[in-house]
Amino acid sequence: MATVTTEPLEALEQSWYEPPGLISWFTTVDHKRIGMKYLVTALAFFVFGGIESLIMRAQLGGPELHLISPEAYNQLFSMHGVTMMFLFAMPVLSGFGNFFVPLMVGTRDMAFPRLNAFGYWVFLAAGIFLYSAFLIGRAPDAGWFAYTPLSDGKFSPGINIDFYALGLIFTAISSTGGAINFIVTILKMRAPGMSINRIPIFVWGELAMSLAIVFALPPLTVACTLLELQRRFGFHFFDSGKGGDPLLWQHLFWIFGHPEVYIIVLPALGVVSAIIPTFVRRRMVGYTWIVVAEMATALIGFGVWTHHMFVTGLPQVALSFVSLVSFMITIPSGVQIFAWVATLIAGRPVLRTPLLFVIGFILVFVLGGLSGVMFAAIPFDAQVHDSYFVVAHFHYVMVGAVIFPLFGALYYWLPKMTGKLMSERWGKASFWTIFVGFNLAFFPMHIAGILGQPRRTYTYQAGLGWTAPNLISTVGSFLLGAGILITFVNWVWSLRRGPEAPNDPWGGDTLEWATTSPPPEYNFAAVPTVRSLEPVWDQPELRDGAQPADQGGRALVGGHLTLSTSMLDGTPRAVIPMPHATAWPLVATAGLLFGFWGVVFGAWLLGGAGALLFAAGMIGWHWPKGETQEG
Amino acid sequence: MTTTAHEMSTIPTVPTGAPGERLPIVASGPDSFGWWGMWGLIATEAMLFGSLLASYFYLRFRTGAGGWPPDGIHKPELVLPLVMSAILWSSSIPVHIADRAIRRGNQGLLRVGLLAGFLLGAIFLGMQLLVEYPKILTEFHPTTNAYGSLFFTITGFHGFHVVVGLLISLWTQMRARQGAFDEHRHVTVQNFAMYWHFVDVVWVLVLFTVYLSPHF
Ligand code: HEM
Repeated sequence: MATVTTEPLEALEQSWYEPPGLISWFTTVDHKRIGMKYLVTALAFFVFGGIESLIMRAQLGGPELHLISPEAYNQLFSMHGVTMMFLFAMPVLSGFGNFFVPLMVGTRDMAFPRLNAFGYWVFLAAGIFLYSAFLIGRAPDAGWFAYTPLSDGKFSPGINIDFYALGLIFTAISSTGGAINFIVTILKMRAPGMSINRIPIFVWGELAMSLAIVFALPPLTVACTLLELQRRFGFHFFDSGKGGDPLLWQHLFWIFGHPEVYIIVLPALGVVSAIIPTFVRRRMVGYTWIVVAEMATALIGFGVWTHHMFVTGLPQVALSFVSLVSFMITIPSGVQIFAWVATLIAGRPVLRTPLLFVIGFILVFVLGGLSGVMFAAIPFDAQVHDSYFVVAHFHYVMVGAVIFPLFGALYYWLPKMTGKLMSERWGKASFWTIFVGFNLAFFPMHIAGILGQPRRTYTYQAGLGWTAPNLISTVGSFLLGAGILITFVNWVWSLRRGPEAPNDPWGGDTLEWATTSPPPEYNFAAVPTVRSLEPVWDQPELRDGAQPADQGGRALVGGHLTLSTSMLDGTPRAVIPMPHATAWPLVATAGLLFGFWGVVFGAWLLGGAGALLFAAGMIGWHWPKGETQEG
Repeated sequence: MTTTAHEMSTIPTVPTGAPGERLPIVASGPDSFGWWGMWGLIATEAMLFGSLLASYFYLRFRTGAGGWPPDGIHKPELVLPLVMSAILWSSSIPVHIADRAIRRGNQGLLRVGLLAGFLLGAIFLGMQLLVEYPKILTEFHPTTNAYGSLFFTITGFHGFHVVVGLLISLWTQMRARQGAFDEHRHVTVQNFAMYWHFVDVVWVLVLFTVYLSPHF
């Protein structure tokens, strides 16, 4: 039986010890280190995707340039889209989620630490897999949604699209595992007292995102599987000559694709709702409304998929229904915007860098939303369909709703993650450069689009009125890139020279501020009892270290232990022993990577070896080691 | 005997650090994480099957105007698939009994139930691979047309789940032999049972879609 020592901290240090050094980064199951790996890796892919977009913008900087070949351009915009959606926007918020969800709900790890490690490795391996296609000059080249019949074996005979189909299946494994992990962590591991009306909004955002992943990703996985079966083994799902139908791909893709937008946006909206209260020193106006709006967004997202297909000739009745739903979805977004603005007005905003990014986000998001409402009107859609107007619209939504909150989050949370403060001066410089660069880059695209410039054009002729908007857009893109670079430099600088971050540099309200920066391996010296939606504001005892036992703190020593609490009201139900660091998830992932390479190259020996390695990894992973309850 | 043992053995607990509080150090059902994780997996798997079956009907109603199955393929014969179905569904019974038995600490019934479930599942799979598929293949292939692709992809995807279920069953049986489970510790058994029932339930939909619906 576990003994309670007189030195609970020492006991915790022992049970949760993480060896220093490089190797432990390969075996760790600590959600904070995994979160950091997610964040850094996703940002690396962001840089790759950004470089791809800058090459495209350089190519489009003037009429009839030939910096790169048309084939290269096709690969660039396809890989840019795939990278930004699947290797950057989704995982980057899993990075913050991984680090902060367990902290915000007041527990010591994610529900399935090894699955968490596995999810990260699979994400990395899927990225390596997709980018290995570049190395052999065969990157996907049919756009990020790879419509059939263009993407089938007849019109795209190279292995480019095989990389696409398999790569997306690969990333889906990672996202699905991660999503289930978030759901269970949020439902079952919240600190005692954190009933569902005390869950921070950011955590709600991660929950909504995870639910959307669990339900919306499978259609994409199925679509990619069917496509790969057709391409590699001669099946006929999308082949109209043999009883298939290319439109099937579009349906499956957009059943996924629209919720995908919310998968990316929801946690980013959560970031906004986390940052605002801290900097206006006031609780969010309309907590319940925001939560309901977030969950509603996740739900309605499913009904909207066909609006991407207004011009494919669906029956008229179905079309007007979908148009209605597209309008409707602006209501939940509107609710959130009102709540943010109301909170900003009702409080006393302190304009630090994180809040600047949030305000920048609100402006951009409103603009993006406006052009979105314009789409929902069917006749307008038919006019600008597949023009640069579309490119402008979704970058306002995606870049606006991801980059701005993301950079706000970097400034807000990196001090907690690294223990170092960043420079405010350079932070503000970065914000203004990004804000100006962003609008210069993407606003002119609306104009080019209305003037008729189609998307995915490799180059264009002078005299169509497109030259000026394109030049401005290119200059803006590079400015945007420079603004992003400033923040990265600021980060690296802070690691070397930055002042030490105190526990709570901003005066935040949620539990991550109730522990040191960076937090210890076990997160909290005592698992806190929560009595408020803003525990760190309302429970002064949380501010200085461990919550005393007579105020509800549970030291929970004597092992690698976490609490399981009830789903609705957070009553402690059981103590769950957690597994320790292990390399097996990495081994299993390596097996998957070889397996996928085996399939893409038709190298069945390699594929078989990969399958065996995967099996070995799985067995090693589950082999009883006396750590968990069944030994 | 087993029931009295159950009444006597108390659930092991540990102190949490709150004054006087002790909580169980073992958990199953909704108190465990694994149970929720399995529901998450089932939800996402259900969507996978849902997307596949929806694709089947989509293609049928988009392209099947000239009759379904197309290209003069016969409507599926039902006797063998119904026999197979009965075998597969009946496998859920011993698995359920095993799941219940270990909650009372009954090791013997646990092992027998798991083994019986495994054998029934294996028979189903064997019949599919050795009897049903060879018979179908004499008439059409996955590459004959979209109908053939759908037929083999959907049933094959389900068969793959049976294989995974059998592997998990083997693992669970091995752990049962090692004595890993008792009346308090049995999340693995519980999760395996949930997964297995899911695979059986999905077969209802697969059977309806692939075998029965062409008759309407
Ligand atoms: C950082 C600055 C960015 C710049 C300068 C940029 C620029 C571009 C350009 C020039 C295109 C190609 C348009 C065409 O030829 O049709 C494009 C396409 C695209 N971008 Fe970006 N982008 C940026 C960031 C992002 C982000 C953050 C996301 C998503 C989260 C994103 C998602 C996409 C997608 C999905 C496409 C469509 C690819 C396709 O046509 O298949 N971009 N972007």
